[in-house]
Amino acid sequence: MSSSASPRILNVDKIRKDFPILETSKNGKRLVYLDSAASSQRPDSVLEAMDDYYHTTHANVHRGVYSIAENATALYEKARVKAGKLINAPKPSKEIVFTKNATEAINLVAKTWGLVNLGESDVILTTKMEHHANLVPWLMLKEQTGCRISYLEIDSNGELILDDIESKFDGVKLLAITMASNVLGTIPPVKYLTEMAHKNGALVLADAAQFVPHRQCDVSDLDVDFLAFTGHKVMGPTGIGVLYGKEELLDAMPPFLGGGEMILDVTLEGFKTNEIPWKFEAGTPPIAEAVGLGAGIDYLTAIGYGAIGEHERGLLDYCSNSLKTTFGEKITLYGPKETTKRTGLISFSFETVHPHDVAQILDDHNICVRAGHHCAKPLMYRLGLSATTRVSFSIYNDTHDIDALIIGLVQVVEMLG
Amino acid sequence: MSGLEDLYREIILDHYRNPRNRGTLESPPAIRQEGFNPLCGDEVIVYLEKTDEGNNEPKLVVRIDGRGCSISQSSASLMAQSVNGSTVPEVRKLIKDFKSLMSIHETNLGGEPEDEASLDPVDTDKMGELAALQGVVKFPVRIKCATLSWNTLLQAMEELEI
Ligand SMILES: Cc1ncc(COP(=O)(O)O)c(C=O)c1O
Repeated sequence: MSSSASPRILNVDKIRKDFPILETSKNGKRLVYLDSAASSQRPDSVLEAMDDYYHTTHANVHRGVYSIAENATALYEKARVKAGKLINAPKPSKEIVFTKNATEAINLVAKTWGLVNLGESDVILTTKMEHHANLVPWLMLKEQTGCRISYLEIDSNGELILDDIESKFDGVKLLAITMASNVLGTIPPVKYLTEMAHKNGALVLADAAQFVPHRQCDVSDLDVDFLAFTGHKVMGPTGIGVLYGKEELLDAMPPFLGGGEMILDVTLEGFKTNEIPWKFEAGTPPIAEAVGLGAGIDYLTAIGYGAIGEHERGLLDYCSNSLKTTFGEKITLYGPKETTKRTGLISFSFETVHPHDVAQILDDHNICVRAGHHCAKPLMYRLGLSATTRVSFSIYNDTHDIDALIIGLVQVVEMLG
Repeated sequence: MSGLEDLYREIILDHYRNPRNRGTLESPPAIRQEGFNPLCGDEVIVYLEKTDEGNNEPKLVVRIDGRGCSISQSSASLMAQSVNGSTVPEVRKLIKDFKSLMSIHETNLGGEPEDEASLDPVDTDKMGELAALQGVVKFPVRIKCATLSWNTLLQAMEELEI
């Protein structure tokens, strides 16, 4: 297989130098990281920003009057604005809440807005391809409030079935939907569905954990009411996530966790909650993580979503063609057929080899892929599978990585096929 | 490659490709017990019943269903092969030996042994084909695959009140 087909939209060799982990090797084999959908790697600039923060600035935020505390607060709030601008939030300093991860962001909405606004006669509409993070919080809410949950079906290509969509919104108070499936890569028409939801009096929560790393996300244009994403998939550190919510909604919601930072006043009898977004940020927040996330966002935006999207589509085409020509009938690829309808990942399975064994043998080649149900068990049931193998791409991947993957997979099939 | 060859020994691959005692038993009277590995979605279903041997010790009959990776499925097949036709005390001894085979090495890897009593050294020569699973201990993540069917068997035995 020649690598001359390498898409030259990005200078991957140069980019790779910014990611020290990609320079490592095991038993003489360089690291081939094809699991960025689980967590991306982070560039030196993110690590340096966090180091620099701890070396020069660290103090608790929103508390001290001394200058390093003021600087820490400024850096933390600057990161908030960066996160907001990344998704074009109209009021980034108010509408962006920092959480631990996307999961916590979604739980926050379920446990505040959801508990107050949903009752037995209400329906949460979601899809059969959600990550557990955008499903279990609603199932928990169902137990607490008696609300119902209904699901939009998917077709055999992993795309939402939109026939008769209007009727699906009967009694719906919330549409909770992924913006990109972590298993299939599918990008559902969230803008269209948001219009439909609003017309029927429902709000929309978008799980953008797999979208923000790959595509320009514009909450003003989409008009979604809530949106969640997670720092460690956008080149940032672990331990930080982002919740966007429209100002008037966040204002009206009860607080989430109680403690310092989220209050204006506390007496022995009660408390008065702080303004948004701090109302939802009880306790000392992930300050260094916010700074790191800011640097990750800077890195990503300097490269630009246009180039990222084009680069990933090139890899998607190259990878799916290589898989199909090498393994023919033996392999099944999942998800939408057209690369424009999906993000940069491919789930596949071999008829005779279990994904767990695929990943194990690839590990011997120092190739990292994900095997399992990808925290999307209802989708697996729908596809009639217990697991798939998933490869996912980022800006630091190139066709050499895919060539290495194919060589590894040939050995997999030789050993176990 | 040495580690991989140790994991995917011929016996393991043979049991994966040609699983023994695969099938179902009518339940009831048999116990049907499901086991899941949440990590990888592997699923093992153990069917278990005991024979009536008059005054002698009853023997266990086991069938295996489900799907999963080569390690979980071959371990289930090896387990069924050794358990089928054995008495309850024999099976208890087998389970103990198997656990030792897995957990002795867990301690070597710095983990806590699950059960102090299981730390007796096992004589792998006496374990027959089961000993082929020994290579798994070098791959800590896969130990759960190998133990899935055995834990499910234990649950089935509890259900059967033996
Ligand atoms: C679609 C989707 N939503 C939510 C999440 C949860 O992200 P986190 O674990 O960082 O909360 C993930 C992560 O795998 C995901 O893929």
